[in-house]
Amino acid sequence: MNEIVDAFAAAAALVLSADPAFLEIVGLSLRVTLTAVAVAVAIGLPAGALLAIARFPGRGALVVLFNALMGMPPVVAGLVIYLLLSRSGPLGTLGLLFTPTGMVMAQAVLVLPIVLSIARQVIESLWAEYEEHLRSLGSSALRAVPTLLWDGRYSLITGILAGFGRASAEVGAVMIVGGNIAGATRTMTTAITLETGKGNLPLALGLGMVLLSLTLAINIAAHLVALVGQRRSG
Amino acid sequence: MRASPTILPLRLSGVAYDVGGRRLVEGIDLVLSGPGRVIVLGPNGAGKSLFLRLCHGLLSPTQGKVEWLGPGASLKARRHLLVAQRPVMLRRSVLGDIIHALNLAGLGWTARRTAARAALERFGMTALADRPARILSGGEQQRLALARAWALRPEVLFLDEPTANLDPSATRAVEAMIDAFHAEGTKVVMTTHDLGQARRLADEILFMDRGRLIERAPAGAFFEAPHAPAAAAFLRGDLPW
Ligand SMILES: Nc1ncnc2c1ncn2[C@@H]1O[C@H](COP(=O)(O)OP(=O)(O)O)[C@@H](O)[C@H]1O
Ligand SMILES: [Mg+2]
Repeated sequence: MNEIVDAFAAAAALVLSADPAFLEIVGLSLRVTLTAVAVAVAIGLPAGALLAIARFPGRGALVVLFNALMGMPPVVAGLVIYLLLSRSGPLGTLGLLFTPTGMVMAQAVLVLPIVLSIARQVIESLWAEYEEHLRSLGSSALRAVPTLLWDGRYSLITGILAGFGRASAEVGAVMIVGGNIAGATRTMTTAITLETGKGNLPLALGLGMVLLSLTLAINIAAHLVALVGQRRSG
Repeated sequence: MRASPTILPLRLSGVAYDVGGRRLVEGIDLVLSGPGRVIVLGPNGAGKSLFLRLCHGLLSPTQGKVEWLGPGASLKARRHLLVAQRPVMLRRSVLGDIIHALNLAGLGWTARRTAARAALERFGMTALADRPARILSGGEQQRLALARAWALRPEVLFLDEPTANLDPSATRAVEAMIDAFHAEGTKVVMTTHDLGQARRLADEILFMDRGRLIERAPAGAFFEAPHAPAAAAFLRGDLPW
C-alpha cells in the first residue's frame, strides 16, 4: 500500500519536474497524434462530404464499411501499416518502419474512419435540410460541400475530437509500427505498457496522469463546442 | 430599373405533375408577364405549392413544359427566386446567411458584404445582423428570407404563404416588404390563405382546385364575381367537400 502511495508521490514529482526525457515522451505522443488527426481530417472531411451527397452504386456498402472501420482494433491498424512498411512490403524502401512518420500513418488509418463517418452523417442530414434551398440559389452539389462543412462545423469538431481521443489513448498501433524505442518512438501509452511491466511505476503513473488530463481536456472541449453550437444554431 | 434583359414571359404548357402514379397537378396552360402581382388562391391541397415549385424549376413536370421566354432567360444567372413557406436558415449569422446567398450568385468578397448590409438596412433589420439566423422568431426568419431575396435582385419572386402562422404585426412587416419588391419592379407571384391579404395585394388572381388552374381573373373582377363555382364557394368560405 505504501509502495503505491510513494509511487504516486514520485509520479507527481516527475510530472512537475519538467524532466526532459518525460517531456520528450509526452511531446512525441502529441506530435504523432495531432499529425495523424490532421491527415485524417484533410482526407476524411471532403471524402465524408462527397460520400454524403454523391449517389453511385456501392455507396451503401462504403457507408457500412467505414462505419464498421470506426471500431477497428488499433493493433489491426498497426499490423496493416506494419505490413506495408516492413522491408518486404510495398513501401518498405521508404524506411518508415519504427519511425514517428510510420506511427502517424498507423494512427491516421485508425482515425480516418471516425472523421469520415461522422462527416458523412453530419453532412448527409444537413444536405437533406439544405438541398432545395441551395439548389434554388443556383448551387451545384459540389459547390454545396464547403457550405455544408462550414454549417456542420460544431458537430464536425466534436467528431474530430473523438478521433483525437481515440488516437491519443491507443497503444496497439504505435507499439507495432513504432516499436517503443526510447528517445525515438516511445509514446505515453507504449511507455506505460512497458514501464509498468518493468516495475517503474512513477513513470507509468506520471504518464497516466498526463493522459487522463488530456482525455479530460478533450471531453471538456467537446462539451463546450456542443454548447456553443447549440446556442448558435438552435 | 433593371438593366439586364427580362426573363419574362413565363409559359406553362400542358403541365402535369405526378407522384407515385397519382396526378397532383393537371393540365396547366398559362403565360405570365407584365408587372402585376399574381396571387394564387385555392383550398388546402389544391396544388398551389407544387405550382410555385414547378414554375421555379425545383420540380420538373411529368408532362408539358415550363419555359422562360424572355431574352434574359438564356443568361446563366438565376433571375427568379422562391421563398418557401418555411424558409431554410443557415447555421450562420443573419448577415452571414445573406452573404452566402450573394456568394453563390457570384459577387466578390467586398461586394457581397456591402450588398448584404444594404439589404438589412433597407428593411430596418440591421440590429439583427449578428444574430444566429436559426434562433430568430418565425416572423424575423420570414423577413430575413425576403431580405436575402431582395439582396439578389430577382426579376420574379415566388412566395409560398409568406405570412402563414405570423402574428398581425409580423404580417404587416412582411406585406410591406412585398410592396417594396413590387414597387421596385420585381414581379411577385404568391400563394396565401389569407383572403384579406389577397384583396390587399393582388392585381391578378389564379384560382386552383384539385391540381387544376380553374380561373384566372383581374383581382377586382374575381372578388366581385368569380366565374368558377368552386371559386365562389371558396370565397363564401364553404368547404368544397
Ligand atoms: N411529394 C409529394 N408526394 C405525394 N403527394 C404530394 C407531394 N407533394 C404534394 N403532395 C400532395 O399534392 C397535393 C397538393 O399539394 P400542395 O401543392 O402542397 O397544396 P397546397 O395548395 O395546399 O399548397 C396535396 O394533396 C399534397 O398532399
Ligand atoms: Mg402549400
